[in-house]
Amino acid sequence: MGRPAKSLLSRLIESGFTEEELERIKSLPTRQNEYGYDPFGFNREEAKIAMLVVRYLYRHYFRVQVHNIENVPPGRVMLVSNHAGQLPFDGMNICAALLFDAVPPRMGRAMIEKFVPGLPYVSYLFQRWGQIVGTPDNCQRLLEDEEAILVFPEGAKGISKPYTKRYQLQDFGLGFMRLALATDSPVVPVAVVGSEEQAPAFNVKPLARALGVPAFPLMPFPPFFPAVPLPSRYQIYFGEPLSFVGHADDDDEQIEQLVKHVRLTIESMLRVGLKSRRSIFI
Amino acid sequence: MTGIAGRLGRLVAQRLHRMGTHHVVGIDRRPIGNLPKDVEHLQVDLRSRRTRDVFRSGDVDAVIHLGLMHDPRRTAEELHTWNVVGTARLLEDCADFKVRKVVFLSSANVYGPRADNTQFLTEEAPLMAAVDFPAIRDLVEADMQATSFFWRSGGRDLETVVLRPVHILGSVRNAASNYLRLKRIPVIMGYDPMVQVIHERDVTEAIVLSLREGIHGVLNLAGPGEVPLSVVIRELKKPTIPLPAPMFEAMVKGMWRFHLTSFPVPELTHIRYTCMVDGSRARKVLGFRPQFSMKETIRAVLPPGGE
Repeated sequence: MGRPAKSLLSRLIESGFTEEELERIKSLPTRQNEYGYDPFGFNREEAKIAMLVVRYLYRHYFRVQVHNIENVPPGRVMLVSNHAGQLPFDGMNICAALLFDAVPPRMGRAMIEKFVPGLPYVSYLFQRWGQIVGTPDNCQRLLEDEEAILVFPEGAKGISKPYTKRYQLQDFGLGFMRLALATDSPVVPVAVVGSEEQAPAFNVKPLARALGVPAFPLMPFPPFFPAVPLPSRYQIYFGEPLSFVGHADDDDEQIEQLVKHVRLTIESMLRVGLKSRRSIFI
Repeated sequence: MTGIAGRLGRLVAQRLHRMGTHHVVGIDRRPIGNLPKDVEHLQVDLRSRRTRDVFRSGDVDAVIHLGLMHDPRRTAEELHTWNVVGTARLLEDCADFKVRKVVFLSSANVYGPRADNTQFLTEEAPLMAAVDFPAIRDLVEADMQATSFFWRSGGRDLETVVLRPVHILGSVRNAASNYLRLKRIPVIMGYDPMVQVIHERDVTEAIVLSLREGIHGVLNLAGPGEVPLSVVIRELKKPTIPLPAPMFEAMVKGMWRFHLTSFPVPELTHIRYTCMVDGSRARKVLGFRPQFSMKETIRAVLPPGGE
């Protein structure tokens, strides 16, 4: 069986990209088999439609300004970022920056919450688009394959925090540091400014508790549910790669010291970014 | 060799016969036709005393245990006495009669398909299959028995190999191959998990490789790669029937009740969530490399010659 002729739809999608962008997508380092899938279910062709939507949001909706992306080294790397905004548009924009503005382009692979594969449609679409279930083993495998992993150590606590806590980093998990040490991967701290204003919500704690979910965010204006983000202007700062020495099995206290260093770095990058920002939306 | 009357059993028997290095005695209570001439077949129950007599009468060098019962229609008691008690007794015989090698064919399904599974399960992953599918508890238990037998017999001259292959495709009559042989293939709307498949002849090869001296341990057998389920079906050029999960489950439940399907409801999780394994240990320890490509493996479920 030869390659199937390109369908009208896929030609239509490709016409939405510039030559340069198509070249970037083509040059993404992936390990696809004869059917076009990598071991984690990423398929470049099927991802193109998502990339097109993402590019629109990245360039025209959030009008992302990227700083120092040349700090992302080639080969295995762990990008560690602050997390906010109820829906993970911060992750999307970081991946878009890696795809459309990094030289050479990289496929950012975010660690997705473990309940996501249980949801219909999302269950496989996130895989086709290059994202992975956030298990330590998946992360380690991809790092060993020299991929770029995106980690939000604040987890659900970060993304669902209320507006009143914007730009206050929540507690970091320790797992990412153990994986960085185990795979000897450099850590690139990333500060995202803008995500924290995209969905100014407050958390209805009693409802969250009653429903057994981590948070129940509501916004004080329509549509009340944070389904559509505000077009806040994003600034993404990539810090210099940090290399850590230690052992993946070290005691929590030792790992905490290293994690604290990453956290403080992101905190100070956030402070600088906030100071140099002229406006939330412009 | 137990389970010699099964499709895989016959393939292994033929393969060993062609090598000519072993005298094969098959134990299976089912009748069987066209075996190679020098392959013996004892039509006895695995649990019977006559099985033990085989060990007593000759020097049994190696035991290949393929004779697990996978029929979900049987009662829990029957499955338990056959798979768990039967395996225990067989392992006991192996220890008593100085058998050099035991090869036990389990399945990667013992890990169980789950939404939060890591992409590639290693041999150390917990065996969770029975949590969602209690009817196959006996298969998980039999695997654990063989695995712990491997650990206990570590110091002695008895080598135990537990093989956990992914979905075996071919002329075999297992759930995966039967599913792909349906004329129209029902799928769950909104789910398209990555799957691994392996050719029946590659499994045969792995069993034969396991007989070599010095090989022991629990080994996952991954096939030639990973693809979404939809790609497997597309390769077979079959139409699909996408059904919403609740409707699909209700339908299978009803059909199961009236004996219209051989698929019990919990088996649907296999076309919903992933259950893939890391086959690197078998590659290293066994030197196992699948000889059949992805395409050949998928197409092995089709009748020979037919397109």
